[in-house]
Amino acid sequence: MKSISRVTRKFIYALLFLAPTSVFSEASDYNMPVGVTEVSKEIFDLHMLIMWICVWIGVVVFGIMFYSLFKYRKSTGAKASKIDDHFWLEITWTVAATLILVGMAIPSTTVMIKAYDDREGDINIMVTGYQWKWQYKYLEDDISFFSNLSTSQEQIDNDIPKGEFYLSEVDEPLVIPINKRIRFLITGNDVIHSWWVPDFAVKQDAVPGFINTAWTNVPKPGIYRGACTELCGIKHAFMPVVVRAVEQEEYDAWVVEKIALAEAERLLNEKVWTKAELVERGEGVYLKNCVACHQTNGQGLPPVFPALVGSEIVMRDKTRNIEILMEGVRGAAMQSFANQLSEVDMASVITYTRQSWSNGKNGDGEIIIPQEIVDYKNKVDL
Amino acid sequence: MSTIVETHDDHGHHGPAKGLTRWLYTTNHKDIGTLYLWFSFLMLFIGGAMAMVIRAELFEPGLQIVQPEFFNQMTTNHGLIMVFGVIMPAFVGLANWMIPMQIGAPDMALPRLNNLSFWLLPMAFGILISTLFMPAGGPNFGWTFYAPLSTTYAPDTVTFFIFSVHVMGASSILGSINIITTILNMRAPGMTLMKMPLFVWSWLITAYLLIAVMPVLAGTVTMMLMDIHFGTSFFDAAGGGDPVLFQHIFWFFGHPEVYIMILPAFGIVSHIIETFSRKPIFGYSSMVYALTSIAVLSFVVWAHHMFTVGMPLAGELFFMYSTMLIAIPTGVKVFNWVATMFRGSISFETPMLFAIAFVSLFTIGGFSGLMLAIVPADFQYHDTYFVVAHFHYVLVPGSLFGIIAGVYYWLPKWTGNMYDETLGKLHFWLSFFSVNLTFFPMHFVGLAGMPRRYPDYALQFADFNAIVSVGAFIFGFTQLLLLFIVIKSIRTGKKASDEVWEDTKDWGLEWTLDSPPPYHSFTVQPEVK
Repeated sequence: MKSISRVTRKFIYALLFLAPTSVFSEASDYNMPVGVTEVSKEIFDLHMLIMWICVWIGVVVFGIMFYSLFKYRKSTGAKASKIDDHFWLEITWTVAATLILVGMAIPSTTVMIKAYDDREGDINIMVTGYQWKWQYKYLEDDISFFSNLSTSQEQIDNDIPKGEFYLSEVDEPLVIPINKRIRFLITGNDVIHSWWVPDFAVKQDAVPGFINTAWTNVPKPGIYRGACTELCGIKHAFMPVVVRAVEQEEYDAWVVEKIALAEAERLLNEKVWTKAELVERGEGVYLKNCVACHQTNGQGLPPVFPALVGSEIVMRDKTRNIEILMEGVRGAAMQSFANQLSEVDMASVITYTRQSWSNGKNGDGEIIIPQEIVDYKNKVDL
Repeated sequence: MSTIVETHDDHGHHGPAKGLTRWLYTTNHKDIGTLYLWFSFLMLFIGGAMAMVIRAELFEPGLQIVQPEFFNQMTTNHGLIMVFGVIMPAFVGLANWMIPMQIGAPDMALPRLNNLSFWLLPMAFGILISTLFMPAGGPNFGWTFYAPLSTTYAPDTVTFFIFSVHVMGASSILGSINIITTILNMRAPGMTLMKMPLFVWSWLITAYLLIAVMPVLAGTVTMMLMDIHFGTSFFDAAGGGDPVLFQHIFWFFGHPEVYIMILPAFGIVSHIIETFSRKPIFGYSSMVYALTSIAVLSFVVWAHHMFTVGMPLAGELFFMYSTMLIAIPTGVKVFNWVATMFRGSISFETPMLFAIAFVSLFTIGGFSGLMLAIVPADFQYHDTYFVVAHFHYVLVPGSLFGIIAGVYYWLPKWTGNMYDETLGKLHFWLSFFSVNLTFFPMHFVGLAGMPRRYPDYALQFADFNAIVSVGAFIFGFTQLLLLFIVIKSIRTGKKASDEVWEDTKDWGLEWTLDSPPPYHSFTVQPEVK
C-alpha cells in the first residue's frame, strides 16, 4: 500500500506542476534538473520562464473557451450570433502572439550564445561513442580508457534485486577537476550516439567522421550521471555516462596513477604468460566486453549473435579468430576490438574462449600470447 | 466520347458490383474512402498492439517481456505504422469520401488512379510487417531510421523496408495528384477558392506538401539502398559521406510530414465546431492564410529536430526563430476556434466533444513544441520522453482525435444510420481520461531525464512509467469500443435524417445529399451562391 500512495502523491504533484502556482518553480524530481553549472542554471531558468508564459497563455485561452462552452450552452437557450469575422481582433491577436514570441526569443538567444562556445579548454577530452560504451581520451595527458555499464546482467534480468544506481553506474567514470574549463571533443566510432550529462546541460551528438564540441565548468565536486540519447542499437539503454568531478589535487593524483597503470599494462606484453593466467585474465575481459551478446555460457543469441561454443573458428582456426576480434565482421553486430582491448586483454580473452566450456576439450587447445597480437598489428600496418 | 456518356446514362443510378471484386476493382470515391478507413482502422490495432508491447515492457524496470532487439523493432514499426499506416490513410479516406461531396462533384477526378493508390498500401505494409517474421527481424533503427544505424549496421531486412517506403510514397503521391486535380477542376459552379470548405482547403495544401516532400523521402531511402548494396558512401563518413546529411534530408521531408498529419484535422474540427456552435467559423480567410503560412514555414524549420547534431550558432538561431514563427499561425487558428464558440449556441454531441478535446490537447502539444523550439532548453529536452509526450499530444489527441471526430460527424451521412450517442460519449470520456493519463506524465519522466527508445530505465523513473503503462492499456482497449460503435451503427443504428445534425444545410453541400448519399455523389452539379 505504501508504494501505491507514493505513486498517487507523485501524480498529484505532477498535475499541480502545470497549475499556476509557484510551488514547483524550484528543483524537483519531476522537473528539469537545475544542474550545477552556470549554463545549466540559466537553461533551467529559461525553461521555467517559457513554461510559465505557456501556462498563462493556456489559462487565458482555455479560460475563454470553457467560459464560452459553459455560458453559451444550447441547453440554456443560448442563441448563436452571426458574427464571423473581426479584422482588428485578428490583427490584435496576431501582433500579441508575435510580441510574446519576441519576448521569448531575446533571453533564449542570450543563453544560447553563452552555451555555444568552442574555445580551447584548460583540459580537452575526446569522447568517443562505441556500440555500447564510451571512450575517454585526455588529449594533454595521454590517458585513455573505456567506460562500461557496471550493472550486472542478473539485475537487468530481475534475478537479483536492483541496486541504487541501476543502469546509471559504470566501471570507470570520467574524472575531471572542478573550476576548470573542460572542453569535450565528441565523436562516434560506429553509429551516432549522443553524450548527455543533465547536470551540466551538455548534450551533443557523437557522429562518426565528425568532431563536435561542448564545454563545461563544474564548480562542485560530485558524481554526475547521464545517458546516451541517440538510438544506437540493441544496448542503447545500457551505456550510461558517469562523471566524477574532484578537487584539483585529487585530479592530479589520479592522472599520475593512471599514467603509471598504463605503463604497467604495456610491460605486461613482455611477461611470459601461462595458460592459467591468460584464462583467468580472459574471463574478466570476457565478462566485461563479450557477455552482452555471446552470453556467459558462450551460447550467444542466434541468429544475431552466434554461439562460441563448438565454433570451428574458436576451436581450431587461430588466425581467423584473431582477425575477427581485430577487424570485426562487416555487416554483422561484431565490432572491432582493436582499439578497445590491450594486446594482453585481447590475447587472454581469445585464449579464454578457446579454453572454456567444451572448446578446450574439443578444440586444438592452443593459447594465444600478447606477442601474437602485436605481430598481427605490425603485419596489418604494413 | 458522347456515345460512352449515353451508354452510361442508360444504367441510371447503378449501385456497386457485388462481392470481393467490388472492392478490388472499385473506382468509386466512397468505396475507396471506405477501404482507406478500414485499412487505417486495422493498422491502428496492429500499431496499437505494438505500443502495448512497449508499455508492458516499460511497466517496471528490468527486462521482463521482450529483449531490447525486439523492443527496438516494436518502437520502429509502431512509429512507421501509426504515421504511414494509420494517420495518413485515414485522412486520405476522409478526403475520398468528403471532397467530392463537399465541392459538389460526382466522384474524384482520376478514379482508376484512386484505386491504384489505395491498393499499393496493403502491399507496402504487407512487405513491412512481413519483415518481423524473417530471421534477421524487422527494422530496428527507429522510425526516423538515422544512418549509419539504418545502413551499415542495419539488419538485412532493411531492403524490404526501403521498398515498402517507396511503395507508400508512390501511393501518397498518386493520391495527392488526384486530390489536387479534383479540387482544382471539379468544384461546383460558384464555389470560388475562398468559398471552399476548410476541410477541402486543408487537403489542397496537404496534397501539395505531400507532392513536395514524398520524392525527398524516396530519394533518401534510395541513397540508403545505394549505400547498402552498390558501394556508395552518401551517409558513410569512412567513404567521404556525411551521416548528418541523412538527417537534413530526412527532416526536410519529416517536418512537412508532421503538418501533413495535422492540417486535415484542422479542417475537420473547423467544420465540427461551427456545426455544434451553430455559428459560422470565425475568421474564415485568416484560417486559410494560417493554413498556408504553416505549410510554407514547414519547409524552413527542419533542423529544429537536430539541435544537438552540431550546427553553427547562426544555424541554431535561424531554426529557433523560424520554428517560433509557426506558433503565430497556429495560435491564430486556436483563437479563431475559441472565437467561433464564443456567443454560439453550443451542444455537446460526441464529434463536438472530440473537437473540443482536440483544441485543448493539441494546444498543450503546441506549447511543448514551443518549449522544444528554444535551442538551449532543447539541449535538455532533446531525445527524452518530453519529446515523446510532445509529439504524442499533437498526434493522438491531435490528429487521431480529429479523425475520430470526423468519423462520428460524418458516419451517419455515410451509412444513413446514427451511432449510439451514449456509447460515443463513453468512448470519448474513456479516451480523454486515458490519453492524458498516458501522455501527460511523460513530460515529467522526460524532464527528469529518461531518454526515449529505452527498453529499460533507472529506478527513479519507475513510478511514472507504471502510470503511463496503465493509461496506455486503458486507451488501447477503449479503441475496441470505437470498433463496436461503428459496427453497431452500420448494422442496427437508428435512421439518420439527410441533415443528420441541426440545420446543417448551411454548413456544407454534403448535407444536401441523402443519407446514405447516392453512389455517384452529385450527378448534377449544385450551384453555390
